[in-house]
Amino acid sequence: MAINKIVGSFDEAVADIPDGAVLPIGGFGGPGECPSYLVAAVARKGVKDLTIVGNSGGWGPQLIEMLRARMAVLLDIPPDWFDPGLLVNRGQVKKGILSFPAAPAHIHTPFEKAVMDGKVELELIGQGSLAERMRAAKGGIAAFYTPVGVGTIVEEGKEVREFDGRKHLLEMALKGDFSLIRAHKADRYGNLVYRGSSRTFNATMAGASTVTIAEVDEVVEAGDLDPDHIVTPGIYVQRVVVRPREPHPWDEAM
Amino acid sequence: MPGERLDEQTMALRVAKEFQDGMVVNLGVGIPTLCSNFVPPEKEIIFQSENGILGFGPIATNPDEADENLINAGVQPVQPKPGMAVFDHAESFVMIRGGHIDLAVLGALEVTERGDLANYTLPGKQVGSFGGGQDLAFCAKKLVAVMTHTTREGKPKILNELTSPITAPACVDLIITDIAAIEVTDDGLLLKEAVPGWTADDIQALTEAKLRVAPDLREMELL
Repeated sequence: MAINKIVGSFDEAVADIPDGAVLPIGGFGGPGECPSYLVAAVARKGVKDLTIVGNSGGWGPQLIEMLRARMAVLLDIPPDWFDPGLLVNRGQVKKGILSFPAAPAHIHTPFEKAVMDGKVELELIGQGSLAERMRAAKGGIAAFYTPVGVGTIVEEGKEVREFDGRKHLLEMALKGDFSLIRAHKADRYGNLVYRGSSRTFNATMAGASTVTIAEVDEVVEAGDLDPDHIVTPGIYVQRVVVRPREPHPWDEAM
Repeated sequence: MPGERLDEQTMALRVAKEFQDGMVVNLGVGIPTLCSNFVPPEKEIIFQSENGILGFGPIATNPDEADENLINAGVQPVQPKPGMAVFDHAESFVMIRGGHIDLAVLGALEVTERGDLANYTLPGKQVGSFGGGQDLAFCAKKLVAVMTHTTREGKPKILNELTSPITAPACVDLIITDIAAIEVTDDGLLLKEAVPGWTADDIQALTEAKLRVAPDLREMELL
């Protein structure tokens, strides 16, 4: 039987995500690299006690509205940008392993508010160790040493060991249950290419979970993607689902 | 009465004087981002942004050229540039943590005389954000911290000990503020440049940590 990882709907793609799942969610902090429709499908499914892993815990609908107003002159913020803040606002998240949970100003992200209200647990970690911990999981590396974080809050509870006279921390691999990522094009094998700066945590998280689900703009015939240009080889990806051509509200089944 | 303080653009202009031809430079969000506007035409600088983009052009200025898939770490659309490369986060931090960044410019809340940096929690906030700043602070070959010399309430930000949570110990090489340029040396802080109208005594009065005055202390060149 021919290999075909293309799934017909977002709801089908996330159907087996259970309560308590660990979800690496790709993207960085803008709309163009965010797996919005996968996040929306998880919100519709209503699973709870999730651990989200990623750069930010999301801006959430309110801050996205503010960004839309502020950036309108320069960057069109699409109406179908749904980030992990949606899951936090809906009370579906119990923990975040994040680099950038707090807004860089005197406003609060949904995750920040949830921390302040005692509703979620935060494991704060810099982007480098976050990315490397997932790369380690993907590559079968149990743990690694890095000097980054020594003498700071990041050191708490971690083994410290000296190499060449410099202290290093032992950072453990971070494996997810379902990686939710965004890419540009895919074929039925799950091979992925990306556009511009949208690889970020998406390509890093591909293969770092038991199941990786990719949200893409377009599916092309096998052979149409130049092997020289494929960024994520298909075996890291279990499911591919195509974004709608027109923006779709997050709370309608699709 | 001391002179005027520099505004953010002028501080960025001074920071950009640290750029050497061919350098790989990462700019943090805030004032550091402004530095890319002041690269002298005779120098070619390769800007790295931790979301996975290297060698990009200036920040996009009109909506027609703005692309949601071509952004910097401040989520600002940037212009493409010949020679630009893109990559994922793991590669981006191999680049940063492997010591391949010549110069990082980060905003700061507090710096000590040892070059300890605090910049990941805003005052009054319970939750902080490292982003890529901690990696840059630990691993860039040279680190410039840029900030106003005092808080809005007029309190010193160059201290004997940090009062805010530490981002990285002994990482800052040069502090550029709105009144001075101060080098962090093995023998403590060395006042190298004063903004026009400011004396070494004026600057020390707004600095908790002890400053040594460089024998060749000069007025900050801003043109």
